[in-house]
Amino acid sequence: MLYVAVALSSFRRYSTYTAATLAGIFTNSVFGVIISFSYIAVWKQNPSAGGYDVTDALTYCWLAQAMIMTVAVWNGGTTDDVAERIRTGDVAIDLYRPVSFLGWFLAGDLGRAAYHLLTRGVAPTVIGALLFDLRFPDHPATYLAFLVSVGLGVVVSFGIRMLVATSAFWLLDQSGMLALSAVFAMFFSGLAVPLVLFPEPFRSLVLALPWAAYMQVPIDIWLGQRHGTAVLTGLAFQAAWSAVLLLCCAALLRFADRKVVVHGG
Amino acid sequence: MADRSGTRSGDDLRAFTILAAMWIRVSWTYRTSFLVMTAASLVITGIDFVAILVMFSNVDQLGGFGLGQIAFLYGATALCLGIGDLVVGNVERLGRHVRLGTFDAMMVRPVGVFAQVCANEFALRRLGRIAQGTAVLLWSLTVADIAWDPARVAMLGSMVACGTAIFVGLFVLGAAFQFVSSDASEVANAFTYGGNTMTQYPLTIYPTEVVKALTFLVPVAFVNWYPALFILDFPDPFGLPGWLRFAAPVAAVVVCSLAALAWRAGVRRYRSTGS
Repeated sequence: MLYVAVALSSFRRYSTYTAATLAGIFTNSVFGVIISFSYIAVWKQNPSAGGYDVTDALTYCWLAQAMIMTVAVWNGGTTDDVAERIRTGDVAIDLYRPVSFLGWFLAGDLGRAAYHLLTRGVAPTVIGALLFDLRFPDHPATYLAFLVSVGLGVVVSFGIRMLVATSAFWLLDQSGMLALSAVFAMFFSGLAVPLVLFPEPFRSLVLALPWAAYMQVPIDIWLGQRHGTAVLTGLAFQAAWSAVLLLCCAALLRFADRKVVVHGG
Repeated sequence: MADRSGTRSGDDLRAFTILAAMWIRVSWTYRTSFLVMTAASLVITGIDFVAILVMFSNVDQLGGFGLGQIAFLYGATALCLGIGDLVVGNVERLGRHVRLGTFDAMMVRPVGVFAQVCANEFALRRLGRIAQGTAVLLWSLTVADIAWDPARVAMLGSMVACGTAIFVGLFVLGAAFQFVSSDASEVANAFTYGGNTMTQYPLTIYPTEVVKALTFLVPVAFVNWYPALFILDFPDPFGLPGWLRFAAPVAAVVVCSLAALAWRAGVRRYRSTGS
């Protein structure tokens, strides 16, 4: 399987930067501790804020830190390669490969996500569980649903990042769009503050945006806030956004392919 | 190799200004991107504060402090980090310069290597964070109910100067660590941006040991907490000595001296990547 091979080599590529991985785990954990104390202060004042108790909130905090790299909230991943290759013109080679352009880079990104999940996902979760009292699912099926949900979260994130990267076809330099998309992702994913804390009607709005698929849906599955059919509707919500975003990417790429002359050609 | 970190500071300042001006012209070439990024920098830092507002839609105080007082703490630390980040924030790219070999190129130029690293890819868009921090700080001054007198005005000025110096020192210390491990630039983030995030909240939300560590180990508590206790007229909730609220200049001098020593030691033991 070609795409599996692409994913595996991407996994290996990211696994070479051990020092960066350790440094990242350290930083995620420091932020986990800081945010934990701010959540403890909030839930001490209002013990049922957002329908969470303090254990839910702390679990949310550490899972969110653990998922930053996996779902690439701050960008990165293979879509950064795409933007760079558009700028240099190397993208012409990618477009002429006899495989799906999106499939190639999505496979690479899933390989990267798998590596980040196993290292920068697992380590902060363990550290958080040692320092604070966290909630763990009691049913193996919940872990499975959580993993599927994280996978779909990566696909949604890939769709948004790919849309940003293809903007380089027109802007040449994606860094402005990149910074802007990081703002949206950081806030609307619930990394800055859990989406359930938003006052209505903003709460309903942010829970319907694609960024809710990054963290809020998987974490709610982990916490048991979503159970039974709510798990399935959560997964369906993520799958729907994945489909919409990937179709947009495909349309945009077809448009770019036709309209844009490769630089330096 | 001769130590080039010790050239005259007047020359370095001039070189820094020229290089920074050059990079501002460079960023202006990709105009849309530059404007969007400046706007994004303003918004991205503002989002921290919106997150605090969201929290306050569920509670009316955190750790015994109201929104106005937290806005003061937030604005102060954001402003200090913003200025520090604008001036020396690019030292965090040292590891990349070492990896790519561009650091070697800097060492053979007749300009202080520290000024070159800081000015390299100087990013004027970081004014966004400064503007946002200033806005929140000014807003907090109107709502936090402060009994102004000359001492408090002086403390406000000293707070911004010392707080900036502390963050500058932390940025440089983090960069000096990259002489040891060039891939580990993220460790520094835990102290700079982590210190910033920690001091956005009143330290009363942390356990006493953490507050002592933030006072005596990584002294970010002096960026805004101790000056704020004086300006807002709060008794120290941890019962630490009262003179600490005037000790920010000491903390700033200590951090910056350590940073200068670490940087010089790093430059001196630097042996290139060997490839």
